[in-house]
Amino acid sequence: MRDVAVIGVGMTSFGELWETPLRSLWAEAGLAALDDAGIDKVDLITIGCMSSGIFTGQEHLASLLADELGMAGVPATRVESACASGGLAVRAAFAEVAAGLSDTVLVTGVEKMTDVDGADATYALGTAADSEWEGFHGVTFPGLYAMLARIHMRKYGTTREQLAQVAVKNHANGLLNPHAQYHLKISVDDVLESTAVADPLNLFDCSPVTDGAAALVLTTVERARKIAGDKPVVVITGSGMATDTVTLANRGELAELGAVKLAGERAYAMAGRKPEDIHLVEVHDCFTIAEIMATEALGFFAPGDGGPAVEKGLTSLNGRIPVNTSGGLKSKGHPVGATGVAQVVEITTQLRGQAGQRQVAGATIGMAQNMGGSGGSSVVHILEVI
Amino acid sequence: MTVGIVGYGAFVPRRRIKLEEIAKVWGADAPAYKRGLQLFEKSVPGADEDTVTMSVEAARNALARSGGVDPAEIGALYIGSESHPYAVKPSGTIVAEAIGAVPALHVADLEFACKAGTESLFIAQSLVKAGEVKYAVGVGADTSQGAPGDALEYSAAAGAAAFIFGADEDLILAEIIDSYSWTTDTPDFWRREYMHYPRHGSRFTGEPAYFRHTMNSAQGMMNKVGMEPKDFAHAIFHQPNGKFPMRVGKKLGFTHEQLETGWLSPWLGNTYSGASPIGLTAVLDIASSGDLILLTSFGSGAGSDSFVIRVTDRISEVQDLAPKTRAQLDEDKIYLEYGAYAKLRGKIRMAE
Amino acid sequence: MFSPARSWREYPQRYRLEAAKCSKCSKILYPPRLVCPECGGRDFTEETLPRDGTVVTYTVIRVPPAGFTEQTPLPLALVELTNGVRLMVQIGDVEDPETLEIGMPVRLEFRRISWDGEAGVIFYGHKAVRAGG
Repeated sequence: MRDVAVIGVGMTSFGELWETPLRSLWAEAGLAALDDAGIDKVDLITIGCMSSGIFTGQEHLASLLADELGMAGVPATRVESACASGGLAVRAAFAEVAAGLSDTVLVTGVEKMTDVDGADATYALGTAADSEWEGFHGVTFPGLYAMLARIHMRKYGTTREQLAQVAVKNHANGLLNPHAQYHLKISVDDVLESTAVADPLNLFDCSPVTDGAAALVLTTVERARKIAGDKPVVVITGSGMATDTVTLANRGELAELGAVKLAGERAYAMAGRKPEDIHLVEVHDCFTIAEIMATEALGFFAPGDGGPAVEKGLTSLNGRIPVNTSGGLKSKGHPVGATGVAQVVEITTQLRGQAGQRQVAGATIGMAQNMGGSGGSSVVHILEVI
Repeated sequence: MTVGIVGYGAFVPRRRIKLEEIAKVWGADAPAYKRGLQLFEKSVPGADEDTVTMSVEAARNALARSGGVDPAEIGALYIGSESHPYAVKPSGTIVAEAIGAVPALHVADLEFACKAGTESLFIAQSLVKAGEVKYAVGVGADTSQGAPGDALEYSAAAGAAAFIFGADEDLILAEIIDSYSWTTDTPDFWRREYMHYPRHGSRFTGEPAYFRHTMNSAQGMMNKVGMEPKDFAHAIFHQPNGKFPMRVGKKLGFTHEQLETGWLSPWLGNTYSGASPIGLTAVLDIASSGDLILLTSFGSGAGSDSFVIRVTDRISEVQDLAPKTRAQLDEDKIYLEYGAYAKLRGKIRMAE
Repeated sequence: MFSPARSWREYPQRYRLEAAKCSKCSKILYPPRLVCPECGGRDFTEETLPRDGTVVTYTVIRVPPAGFTEQTPLPLALVELTNGVRLMVQIGDVEDPETLEIGMPVRLEFRRISWDGEAGVIFYGHKAVRAGG
């Protein structure tokens, strides 16, 4: 296997981008990454996008978008794993470069969610669940995580205040991220008093509906060293992926995100790293409870300690292990297919020392964890500066 | 051929609304209504309940009491209702699927205002009697509506009763001795196609409709079998309110004691096609071997079906095998205010 | 929204709670599948699920998906039946959502699950209601 580096990053602002259609969002991010890398030719394009069909009536996305960049003819693959589509697009590209099938790849993620109304958006997101045996009964995405939250709270004593702290922290970080959807300081009370969505989760426990795109350029470390200029070379040292049951009724241990644990173990193994080695991590906080459970599954805290950790500030920007310096899905936004790629954009930016006010000092090893549905899939990458 | 009931069961939804709650909204005199109609509260179906769902649960209760009747051996299934969920597409097929009676059986949906329930009983037991099928199921169920502010709104309720008929003497818990029907064209209560609520002829629904048909049917039934009121342990009449069944019963010569077990409307409301059939299940729940029961329904339009039923030894073996009707009426109730009631009964215009 | 065909083919599971029991390891699969996830077995016998169980976890959905507005607030639960099989169902006849709890005994009852507006098909199945009074 060849070593793979990230030589370009780019993303649009995330938010309700009424004027911008899907293809333009995508192209904007793609061009930003290509420009950042200083290249204009790639061997492959990967695209993470969950539901362009339901949200915008468009499938056959990979070819459509390749042409949008004037790259008709270049191989292009669209990848889907619900909210882990972006992370999986990173992994698909990593695999091709590592295996020698492609030298340089444009990795992208995009989602345009605001062309449909709230009920239809809820329906589209709900297709990440088991449509026949969960969706049929009226379950929603927040509903599934609410059920997991209740189990976690019952088993470990995790409190709603601790869940709220996740949102508060991520909003504080988002204030420092120019691309974030929300630049809004919130308090624990704001979260607890926000509209009930699915008991016990309120509106501010939930990531928003967002338009946005993010992109990376991957190439071999050998080539990266040649063209990086004065930018530090960031290498993907570990990639792990795991599935778990989509259907919660078939899930083994409900208080644990098994797919995240497995994907994390596989990434750690490939990178030869342990949780203690990681300086910062972007986790998939689609809901506040997801961040707490993900940090436990990745081994940063023992099962049940994730809630108290947030409370104690261990995961804040200047904490022991900063989680979601980008603002997380909660305040950065969650354009579904783009998220996994945007997480790697953030880690790369941090490892290059380019994160401005939200820079974690001395960060050389970072991790990005992306997850689909209620934990049915997860992709974890470890990146290091060399 | 002997024919009788081999399994019976009822289903009553848990929600209720008190008469006062309805009267409050329309500025009506609740105490006077309660006295006049002898109604206190009625059952209200949830948004997720309808004639089909209640019939399935009632039929399951009947199967539980049937001594192991194999649903695949049911040769016919009929549901009588005036609130079938579809105008075209049978309710009976859904129930037959749910209880596993498909595919080798005959199914039909029936309609005759409040008499549709006993109609399905009549047809089911006749088929068994004729030797056409081994077992036949008859169900009476309704979730009917009363127009807002109309007198019928105080009584229109929801419930279902199901009966499995067979000829196997070892399984019969109550034998159908005979039946008799009395039918004329009397337009006392009707609903035209595509209209949401029924209309009625006010006081015309009393003497010329309800009383004329129930009296003639019950009397004709007793004449046919050569019996008198005192021969019966129980009598059940169609119960559009609390008052009418008591009045017709007393007029025919029955006592309060004979009428009271099957008299559910003051607490249940009028379950239309379910009314007298549910009354029958309440009686069967406490009946003793040898009891004679007279059942007389009434459906506007109009007609009455009467049955003479004799309870067998098997009754005491089965009463406890499924939820009893009085318990369903009295326990686990959820009381609604008018707003929640209106929402559930589809009286609030929703967005397209 | 579910098409008539999509709903119809699942009647044995939705209407009659029919499951499959692995002939090799006795695991009960609901809904049935072609291969047992436990032992890889490919042979099954018919098994009907019991209707009694307890609530493993639950939520009350306040922001409903399309098609469920009339039934909002919507209590949903993961229920474990007495034979160990788990399934997701709505909880019906809930007067006060505050009274819901993990471990609550429930019984499955036949109910409407959703319906396609005023003119479309009605989808039936089972909901859990509190058992034991």
